[in-house]
Amino acid sequence: MPLLEIAGLSKSFPGVKALDAVDLAVQPGEIHALMGENGAGKSTLIKVLTGVFPRDAGETRLSGQAIAPKSPREAEALGISTVYQEVNLIPHLSVAENICIGRQPTWIGTVRWGAIAKRARAALARLDLSLDVNRQLSSYSIAIQQMVAIARALDVSAKLLILDEPTSSLDKTEVDELFRKLRILRQDGLGIIFITHFLEQVYEITDSITVLRNGCRVGCFATKELPRLNLVSHMIGRNLGQVEALEHTRASTATIRSETPMLEARAMGKKGSIQPLDLDIRPGEVVGLAGLLGSGRTETARLLFGIDNPDQGTIRINNQPVKFRSPRTAIRYRIALTPEDRKVAGIIPNLTVRENIVLALQAGRGSWRRLSITEQEKLADRFINSLGIKTPSREQIVRNLSGGNQQKVLLARWLATEPKLFILDEPTRGIDVGAKAEVEKLIQSLRQDGLAVLFISSELEEVVRQSQRVVVLRDRRKVDELTEAAISEQAIMESIASHSSERPEA
Amino acid sequence: MSDWLSDLIFWIVFAAILLGLRRQRIFWTVGALGLLLLFNQFFTPGFFHLQVLDGHLYGSRIDVLNQGAKVMLLSLGMVLVIATGGVDLSVGAVMAIAAAVSSRLLVTQHLPAGVAIAVALAVSILAGAWNGLLVAGFGVQPIVATLVLMVAGRGIAQLITEGQIINFLDPTMVYLGNGHLLGLPFTLTLVVVMLLLTHFLVRRTALGLFIESVGDNDEASRYSGINAKQVKFLVYTFSGLCAGLAGLVACSNIKSADANNIGLYLELDAILAVVVGGTSLQGGRFYLVGAVVGGLFIQTLTTTFYAKNVSSDIAPVPKALVIIAVCLLQSEVFRTRFARVLSPIEKFLKPVGSWLPRHLPTTARHDSPKS
Amino acid sequence: MTRLNPKYIPLMATAVVLAAVFGTGSVLYPNFGTPRVFVNLLNDNAFVGVAAIGESFVILSGGIDLSVGSMVAFVGILIAKLLQVGCDPFLAIGIALCAGIFAGAVMGCLIHFFEMPPFLVTLAGLFCLRGLGFVIYPESIGIDHPFYAQMLPQLSILVAPKAVLPFTAMCFLASVLVGTFIASFTRFGRNVYAIGSNENSARLMGLPVAQTKILTYALAGFFSAAGGVVATFYMQSGNPASFVGLELDAIASVVIGGILLTGGVGFIPGTLMGVLILGLIQTLINFNGTLNSWWTKIVIGVLLLIFIVLQKLISRRAVTQL
Repeated sequence: MPLLEIAGLSKSFPGVKALDAVDLAVQPGEIHALMGENGAGKSTLIKVLTGVFPRDAGETRLSGQAIAPKSPREAEALGISTVYQEVNLIPHLSVAENICIGRQPTWIGTVRWGAIAKRARAALARLDLSLDVNRQLSSYSIAIQQMVAIARALDVSAKLLILDEPTSSLDKTEVDELFRKLRILRQDGLGIIFITHFLEQVYEITDSITVLRNGCRVGCFATKELPRLNLVSHMIGRNLGQVEALEHTRASTATIRSETPMLEARAMGKKGSIQPLDLDIRPGEVVGLAGLLGSGRTETARLLFGIDNPDQGTIRINNQPVKFRSPRTAIRYRIALTPEDRKVAGIIPNLTVRENIVLALQAGRGSWRRLSITEQEKLADRFINSLGIKTPSREQIVRNLSGGNQQKVLLARWLATEPKLFILDEPTRGIDVGAKAEVEKLIQSLRQDGLAVLFISSELEEVVRQSQRVVVLRDRRKVDELTEAAISEQAIMESIASHSSERPEA
Repeated sequence: MSDWLSDLIFWIVFAAILLGLRRQRIFWTVGALGLLLLFNQFFTPGFFHLQVLDGHLYGSRIDVLNQGAKVMLLSLGMVLVIATGGVDLSVGAVMAIAAAVSSRLLVTQHLPAGVAIAVALAVSILAGAWNGLLVAGFGVQPIVATLVLMVAGRGIAQLITEGQIINFLDPTMVYLGNGHLLGLPFTLTLVVVMLLLTHFLVRRTALGLFIESVGDNDEASRYSGINAKQVKFLVYTFSGLCAGLAGLVACSNIKSADANNIGLYLELDAILAVVVGGTSLQGGRFYLVGAVVGGLFIQTLTTTFYAKNVSSDIAPVPKALVIIAVCLLQSEVFRTRFARVLSPIEKFLKPVGSWLPRHLPTTARHDSPKS
Repeated sequence: MTRLNPKYIPLMATAVVLAAVFGTGSVLYPNFGTPRVFVNLLNDNAFVGVAAIGESFVILSGGIDLSVGSMVAFVGILIAKLLQVGCDPFLAIGIALCAGIFAGAVMGCLIHFFEMPPFLVTLAGLFCLRGLGFVIYPESIGIDHPFYAQMLPQLSILVAPKAVLPFTAMCFLASVLVGTFIASFTRFGRNVYAIGSNENSARLMGLPVAQTKILTYALAGFFSAAGGVVATFYMQSGNPASFVGLELDAIASVVIGGILLTGGVGFIPGTLMGVLILGLIQTLINFNGTLNSWWTKIVIGVLLLIFIVLQKLISRRAVTQL
């Protein structure tokens, strides 16, 4: 009998079907990988399973018993514990307290600190770990904190442990250490759901894999029997058969204006974020940045836009060495970026379409040289028309627009500054098909106008269709660079799936 | 001129203004002020009485304008600070400092009023810049950062006055809070000039856009190339200047500088004025005129209590209830939770909706919860 | 070598400041270091101290309570009025404490359920309680009930020659003990720390966030009201216009006592030290005679600034460690 059995689980949000009749089965003593790109439904599945969201349909059984927890607390009481990517513990409290808080042993209402320390040590011992449990949690490394979080989960006699991207901020030795502990737990008969985007780790530790895509279950496979290429293809490619038959409608490289790169990065990197890499982008060229989630795509974009500062290597713009301390410096060099997370770093939700469009141009001009209202309106109208932004008026609050139109507003904001290099981080995520096609068309016309474009997307066919050159990233390092005819989904997937000879350091 | 005629003219003008504002957010603020005045029209005899003495207008409404000047001045600075998502608790203390500096220079140093005023304003700007430095430079939360000056400011003011209440008779200083210009209190001119100045400062430059952008989404603003730190520094500095002006008016009103009592609790009135004026404490979109009308509303409330012989000591209670009510209406949680209660009222109002302003956007979101 | 636990740094700083202030006083003035001065210090600052214990909990939970001064004044006039109309003193004190708990709980509910900023809600509380005090009676009322006039003076202990520990000081010390116990040895207290440190994590860890937050404000209401009761012992009267700005003293004591204004870090005994530091500065300035009392505010402001900067540095270090 499986430990956990999910059948036909569905969950919708207004306008989105986040989970569509998803099945999942986890055996006791099994480490089960849950794979999928952003928006595949992994986190929704976990949240429904742990009672954060109510479900629309389907049922969940734990050891054969039907369960329907209404809160994380209830799920925990049933034996389902979750450890999140950003350690959700209290950094200022001691290790012991973090393990026991909320269920401390008490004696007529008095917390028994001695018993807490003992219990914490016992929970850590199960992970073969011995720490000074009285020290503040924040004095330990993230890896140790992660273990403490697992120990806390174990302290409530968990049957099923969910690890949501636990390894994304650990280095190699720490990951090895974590895996050693997980193997101990597996031997104890615990079921573990392991969410990650590191292929290496999936093949190292897991027994089976369930792949989700766009809210649907693609399939459940035994890890040993699923070649990497197939896994990558399940996650981001089309069906394998179709890949070979795919016709490249890619635009030619004829538009490249000059062989001198607009932007030239040499050995640019930042510890803990991306390994040093070389990157050239020429005017009139679209460079695709491909790789799985967490492979360092966004990190690269952040370095090129001055959001993070590289700690090694150089960046040259038109052959001039530059150093970006903030986005403002990057903007001065006519670089633009639409961020991956539109809501957090993109739109100003309560301002109007007009204000959102003029923002970057105005910021470049400073406070005093204000664009007059007429100029602003002209600018807004021009982009509303040319990009086909569907809005009742230019004075509509951006928050009320659909995702696709918000994205177009962002594109308009940057186009108004007439950039030379446009970094597009997932410009087509969460927008409908029609809008997608329009964004793609826009990118091609920008290229024809001689812009340099860095295009980041999780959808391989998009990258293939758009780019003249594709840089492939895996585990936060550049692993391949494909040009022109060599670009195909198959080739990119092979690069992503290939075994790396050397292990990443960070 | 007989009173009923002047009242009639007043109400016609008021109604016209209200009608003209029907699509604006400040419709509600002005409307609330109107309701309060209407109450006084019927239940407070003499509230609407106006008389001319020595070519100056006198009456309760004029008193409201004169007495409300301090809060209105403060709210001009406060509204910008709140728009960036912060708050300035130190304005009351800065008022005391400005009053102390000016009267000290005037009385014990025998400097001309112009110099005293200029130095007092410069010191206030410095105090504001100090707050700005803590918030923008060091990243201290606004409440905490401005708390320091709120505590120490009064001590500094007392240090300057050496604990004395300094009385002065300098005509220029006295004129500031008591003089008349064109028959109306000079403070009114001061408020109007400052309002226009602020308006030009933020709406004729791009500063207002930057302030709203930073307050609405700090991170996205930085991604767009806005210097968020500079913007924050500026608004706190400006708030210092406004507090300084209010402090000068306050000490001029009573012809003396009392470091202990000048501006006491006025920071609260200023915050309240801003909130009543339609600006959300979360930051973002701000309403300058709304804040000033909000200040007027609070002063009218206070004067009404005074006229109704409600002790000025009890007046804080309804003030507190107003704060809670307005904030509840602004609270997203409250609006969604009580949407069921509110929606029939909305439906009822719908036929009127053709000329009433659009209801505040509450639920109209077409985008997905996650992307 | 064992590393100093960073959570003790602010507390150590507080202890150093306390020792420094006390040392300065002892060196400058021969009478300063006597037990009598110390007992007076406890007596004079008892009501601030009791209220500051409540403030400590609110600040530990990541909030702020501005209603303290008004609450103390309100409770003072409430008790004075009740005694005037012939109410039993214990009943009057009971009513006052219940009123404090109720007011705190209402504010806590508004803050939690409607996600309103704590400073605004407690600001409204400040206005309300101040006004309600005047509704009860607009003037000062003296208390001449035998319990106050005869019983209380007897409830004191001779701790040293010429140093009598009065009942108010005992109340203060008892509050510190009770507060320390609640903060360090109850689940509720630990939950307050957890929520103040990271509310979102606390929720995901399954801690009862709503209950804890509301209870925190109710507890603060209780301590503020208790501070008001102690104030009636001390002043032998109630006055609705008194204690304006007391909340600032309470907050300053808490911060100087080493509790992080962002919540989650600090110790209740630190607040005791913070109150003593503030009181000592006042005493020092009184001893001096030439310095004026407004120096107190400036020194407190500077100390506040130093501690806020210190806290900022510590939290920045904690972030880089992560």
